[in-house]
Amino acid sequence: MSTRRGFLKTGAAAAGGLVVGFYLPGNSKLGAQTTSDANLNAFVRIGADDSVTLTIHRAELGQGSMTALSMLLAEELECDWSRIRTEFAKVDPANYGVFGSPVLQGVFGSLSVRTSWDPLRKAGATAREMLITAAAQKWSVDRAQCRAENNAVVNATSNARLTFGSLAEAAAKTPVPQKVTLKDPRAYRLIGTSPKRLDTRLKATGKAQYGIDVRVPGMQYAVLERCPVFGGKVASFDATKTRAVVGVKNVVRISNGVAVIADNTWSAMEGRRALKVQWNEGALANTSSASIHNMFADLLTKPGAIALNTGNAEAAMPGAAKTIEALYEAPYLSHAPMEPHSCVVEVKPDRCEIWAGTQIPSAARDAAEMITGLPKEKIDVHTYYLGGSFGRPGQHVDEAIEIAKAAGVPIKLTWSREDDMQHDIYRPASLTKFQAGLDKDGWPVAWNARVASPSFSGLQNGVDRNGVDGISSVVYGIPNFRVEYHPPEAGIPVGYWRSVGCSQNTFFVESFIDEMAAAAGKDPLEYRRHLLAKQPRLLGVLNLAAEKAGWGTPLPAGRFRGVAVVNNLGGFNAQVVEVSVSAGKYRVHRVVCAVDCGQVVNPAGVVQQIQGGIVFGLSALKGGITLDKGRVQQGNFDRYQVLRIDEMPVIEVHLVPSHETPAGIGEASTPPIGPAVANALFAATGRRIRSLPIKAEQLI
Amino acid sequence: MAAIKFNLNGNSQTIDVSPQMPLLWVLRDTLGMTGTKFGCGMSLCGACTVHLNGEAVRSCITPASSVAGKNVTTIEGLSADGTHPVQRAWIENDVPQCGYCQSGQIMQAAALLAKNKKPTDADIDEVMRGNICRCGTYQDIRHAIHRAVEIQGGAR
Repeated sequence: MSTRRGFLKTGAAAAGGLVVGFYLPGNSKLGAQTTSDANLNAFVRIGADDSVTLTIHRAELGQGSMTALSMLLAEELECDWSRIRTEFAKVDPANYGVFGSPVLQGVFGSLSVRTSWDPLRKAGATAREMLITAAAQKWSVDRAQCRAENNAVVNATSNARLTFGSLAEAAAKTPVPQKVTLKDPRAYRLIGTSPKRLDTRLKATGKAQYGIDVRVPGMQYAVLERCPVFGGKVASFDATKTRAVVGVKNVVRISNGVAVIADNTWSAMEGRRALKVQWNEGALANTSSASIHNMFADLLTKPGAIALNTGNAEAAMPGAAKTIEALYEAPYLSHAPMEPHSCVVEVKPDRCEIWAGTQIPSAARDAAEMITGLPKEKIDVHTYYLGGSFGRPGQHVDEAIEIAKAAGVPIKLTWSREDDMQHDIYRPASLTKFQAGLDKDGWPVAWNARVASPSFSGLQNGVDRNGVDGISSVVYGIPNFRVEYHPPEAGIPVGYWRSVGCSQNTFFVESFIDEMAAAAGKDPLEYRRHLLAKQPRLLGVLNLAAEKAGWGTPLPAGRFRGVAVVNNLGGFNAQVVEVSVSAGKYRVHRVVCAVDCGQVVNPAGVVQQIQGGIVFGLSALKGGITLDKGRVQQGNFDRYQVLRIDEMPVIEVHLVPSHETPAGIGEASTPPIGPAVANALFAATGRRIRSLPIKAEQLI
Repeated sequence: MAAIKFNLNGNSQTIDVSPQMPLLWVLRDTLGMTGTKFGCGMSLCGACTVHLNGEAVRSCITPASSVAGKNVTTIEGLSADGTHPVQRAWIENDVPQCGYCQSGQIMQAAALLAKNKKPTDADIDEVMRGNICRCGTYQDIRHAIHRAVEIQGGAR
């Protein structure tokens, strides 16, 4: 709630005041504020020229938040959509924090729309009411006879009209209303429609500025040589040959490596190639994928911390008519967004400036505070478009601050693709054992799951919720249900990755439910329908997807169907896929996806996110990070395979109409695609895929 | 270092760089033209695609010396104002999500349409499979290429 208080307070404090424009090199769309602009609150600024500038407080990494968040503001503000401008917010968690946090500002958890739904509509409405008050005062009439419409306030009695621009300065001085009425959904003009994305033209003409595109005067280019083994440190280095490379300016040592600084990125990379570093490789020097697998497997022989225990699975299992067991495994995965990490930093004795694409800008400021010792108010973070991200954290910013501090000049640090893939913070690997007890009719009476997957978001009673998410949240109505969890300490850095725990756990669960249906001799769709009888929204999307896909109707020869469902972050999602298998290769031909995510703000944007999430999940069937001697064995898109256009299925998305509060949608469609494909492959081959990535020998 | 003269987006350009320096970094760092993107450095992703004498090439593995005397076109020079049929189709279809790969996708698609006035889906797959999009815009890319064919043919 402090978010709302925050902007109201700022709105009042900034009444008639000015804000300092950002220094945003080469991007005229941003930082274009003139001194005539009035701040109505932290999200809305109106110029005397009738321009309306909306502040976007969540990074735009492709998910369309710039457009969707603008729609929420514009809907209530009644401004002219075709004339709005946007700018990215500065770091100011008091106004822009997540869940009202005074310290954390960023984008994660598919939160942008669902946490902005109320605050941004209220921000738009508050500004609108202030403009109406200003107009009523000018006309000396009752507010009740004024309404906002198309960038102006209209006097309903006289039909007189005052534009927002002519009212802005006066409006900023009016009291901030403490309570505003939000529109009835039936009156929406923008919400529920698909206006063009605000960032398309820039992105189709090469003009959108990403973190990697920033250039500031006097800037030099850096790359960083890190220990190829996680946790290793520099023992010594010899930069003699590096310094002889044309264009190399400097070589500096920082906490986790040696940076080569040059007058262009390529020279810095060439200089790094010539660098000789002796490493203390540390504890992981002998770690391999096999040793990690064995560590996980050992843990699975012992009971884990209880993540969920309803009924009494231990007592019920022996009474089951039939029990089945399966062991599932998923690998570490890299985020591999198309933009490798990059960040520009200038550290001066009294100031630090950071220019970066990052999901969590407040963390960039926190890092600068710690590394430079400067107070927060002396640190500026300028945020840019991100070329994807998918949950990847911003460790590049910390490195760039250290390098800039050591070098004494503005530095652009760029990660190579190999840096990006071999020093990522990975989706954790997981090894999970399932056991289900079925009654004589094949319906589940007991279920055990024992998970071994490294923790990254803290343990509560021994359990990282993100490690078991998607298993502990299973809603199949199984009366005796037990989930145990082990957090192996494998030493590989792990963290958030699009759809988090569900990215592997939904693969396991939806595959294993299919195994249960097969053991029961039942159709996998009918089996789920029966078990989801008390889950109307999941059942709704399941039925919709099945109907649109024609489940049960004949397919062309050689094609097979599979199905999976998930509720991730409130986004109910069911997918039916069609696959074929030939010579150890599979092809996904068609994906029919039904989605219930509550009130849809921008249908076209939701469809894009659903398509994108499916492609991301299809890539997760192809790629995997493996280790040998503590080193990641994949460095680029040759050995780390992702989906390409020639493997792209036709995706059909069906949205369930709803006025429920919007759910997160960016991570809803990634989890079910993998198991839907694997289940279809089972239908095709009779073989279960229990380990990813899918290999040719699993398809014969 | 060597002086290399070439034609960039219709203008004569002389650069003084190491002959092996990839065109990508000449464009981005030496000339400050950042519309062409770095993605992999090994011709595996297509983000850096530009036209060299009208052919799509990966600028990340194209040495500066090899462009001497030739015509280089980047996303900045594909059209003055985003009106190339491929760009129009991209804008109409709202293709980009994060957008980072899209300069390369557009340059690759423009090179395809320059040679093949009406590509089939199989033609599109063959030519566009070198361009990775992690946001998963492939279906929209396919639609937009077919739409660009119509625009190129005079459709409104």
